[in-house]
Amino acid sequence: MSYYAPNAAIGETHLLDPKLSFHDITEQVSRVSEDKAPRGWWILFMVALTALGIFGGSVSWLLWEGPGVWGNNQPVAWAWDITNFVWWIGIGHAGTLISAILFLFRQKWRTSINRFAEAMTIFAVMCAGIFPGLHTGRPWFDYYMFPLPNQMTLWPNFKSPLIWDIFAVSTYFTVSAIFWYVGLIPDLATLRDRSKVGPGRFGKVRKLVYGFFALGWRGSNRHWQHYERAYLILAALSTPLVLSVHSVVSFDFATSVMPGWHTTIFPPYFVAGAVFSGFALVETLMIITRVVFKMEAIITMKHLELMNKIMLATGSLVGYAYSMEFFIAWYSGNEFERFVFINRATGPYWWAYWAMVSCNVISPQLFWFKRLRTSIPVMFVITIFINIGMWFERFVIIVTSLHRDFLPSSWGYFSPTIWDIGLFIGSLGLFSTCFLLFLRWLPMIAISEVKGTLAQADPHHGAHESEHDGAPASEPAPAHG
Amino acid sequence: MAHDEKPSSEREPASEPALLLAEYESPASIVHAAEKLRDAGYTAFDTHTPFPVHGMDKAMGMRDTPLGWIVFAAGATGCFCAFLMMWWMNGYDYPLIIGGKPGYALPSMIPVMFELTVLFSALAAVLAMFGLNKLPRHHHPVFYSERFESFSDDRFFLSVEATDPKFDLAKTRALLESTHAAHVELVEEER
Repeated sequence: MSYYAPNAAIGETHLLDPKLSFHDITEQVSRVSEDKAPRGWWILFMVALTALGIFGGSVSWLLWEGPGVWGNNQPVAWAWDITNFVWWIGIGHAGTLISAILFLFRQKWRTSINRFAEAMTIFAVMCAGIFPGLHTGRPWFDYYMFPLPNQMTLWPNFKSPLIWDIFAVSTYFTVSAIFWYVGLIPDLATLRDRSKVGPGRFGKVRKLVYGFFALGWRGSNRHWQHYERAYLILAALSTPLVLSVHSVVSFDFATSVMPGWHTTIFPPYFVAGAVFSGFALVETLMIITRVVFKMEAIITMKHLELMNKIMLATGSLVGYAYSMEFFIAWYSGNEFERFVFINRATGPYWWAYWAMVSCNVISPQLFWFKRLRTSIPVMFVITIFINIGMWFERFVIIVTSLHRDFLPSSWGYFSPTIWDIGLFIGSLGLFSTCFLLFLRWLPMIAISEVKGTLAQADPHHGAHESEHDGAPASEPAPAHG
Repeated sequence: MAHDEKPSSEREPASEPALLLAEYESPASIVHAAEKLRDAGYTAFDTHTPFPVHGMDKAMGMRDTPLGWIVFAAGATGCFCAFLMMWWMNGYDYPLIIGGKPGYALPSMIPVMFELTVLFSALAAVLAMFGLNKLPRHHHPVFYSERFESFSDDRFFLSVEATDPKFDLAKTRALLESTHAAHVELVEEER
């Protein structure tokens, strides 16, 4: 990443206040882990720990009693568990989009938010993985899903999209985690170098731990060269990877012959929805964090506004996909397909369908107005709506397609039990606990990347003034007109 | 940290010069200094900056990194291994006939082949980067300098190793001082 040179001719301005120095960036970001945690952090952490306790209880009871404690039953064999899986994994996609795709497109503004979003990705994928793992019923046999020798001498069926999913999600988690760690190395070195050995504030422990993970980084240009190339390659690999992950998740549905699932629009539609929901959650978390940790100088309104524009674009894509699904259901002439879609909008789950439409299609359209997309309270409410709406989208796709089987004698209605709800709230607790610990102990903003985009990072910065001082005649006067 | 404020000549002979370390205040000045050292024929020198400085590779006269080729080889290996695994497991060792399709059917192998290509490439990119950089290396003479710790904040350092064939304590120091360095110091390590 090199410095950012705004093009004044098209109205671009500096990403951050040009008065910010390199040291200001180091100071602002590193201080979070060096000072005492603000009161807001403790309040949030206590809430998160409570929810984590609910997670522990829900998982324990599930393992003790079996998946019968959930509301799933024929014909709705996939319900909240798979909804939560798809929701969480979709959320992760925004992190990779910000860290990889925006990197390839040289969107320098990503540097203020990428670390944050990547951390969200990792914890969201962790939460996602839990649900299908538990849904197998006997999670201690989950290793059957991997191509490992077992006592049945059977191998996985590689023609099944569920196996593709295992490979896609585990590759996604691994690559996201190493991408995140590689980005962290120079910043861990910053924290190491700031740790003063001495009593109080655990200086020695900090130096040891950050120093260990910083791998002895010394900012060498001979290292930066390989490092930057590795970073570029990881971004180039993550870009098709992230598009493949949600495509493969959508194959779980699209390759079946269920009306409502068996559609070719699913892969792009799922990817757009994933990015949409992920940006919403990044922004929800960011609005809270920049206030709690006073990061307004680095995460500015400009960043939030740009994210709102991406949400407007992806939200419109999702809205288009909803209408296209309806159109194709009618155009296909397939009675079952038509029934599923009319039933979605007017059947027993009409409330879920219309919650989805109002949250996902209508609410992001407010971002067309500059006043609304630059208002913190408005964007906070809309991002929460989008998160709710995207959860309902997965619920609608999964449950409404299943609850009316081909034979009316096999029709049913799914209602969640307290353990469905408990596990979902619990997964939010697991996510928040991990995320709050990350905010507290790791640099939440990519220090070295932000420095690299500042104007004074340009080796020619200030050169023009000094050239004019030294030899004013050597350069021709700029042409006017 | 074995650093003290005594001038180098008064130290015990138990230590020897490891490198000369020059400190700069801006990316522009360190790029110019690196160009000067490159033109003077130095090879074992390095710059230490809080972020990668644009144009520094050229200023130091460095060659391009071979990382891309390593990653390409690893990616091809991943793709091939995935194919081999699926062919052997589903087509040869225990053929599973599902949906009337052959045991191994290339179209259904594409997703896993893609994922393993990416996985192998990503792991290779990171491990080869560590390998080429000789990291982790928690011990390096440059860390003996107390000033050096600001490299990860807002200072820019240039180090010339004593192993450089052109290294000469007096001449190299004079050269570094002529590059408008804010501070030049000798870093020694124990013999």
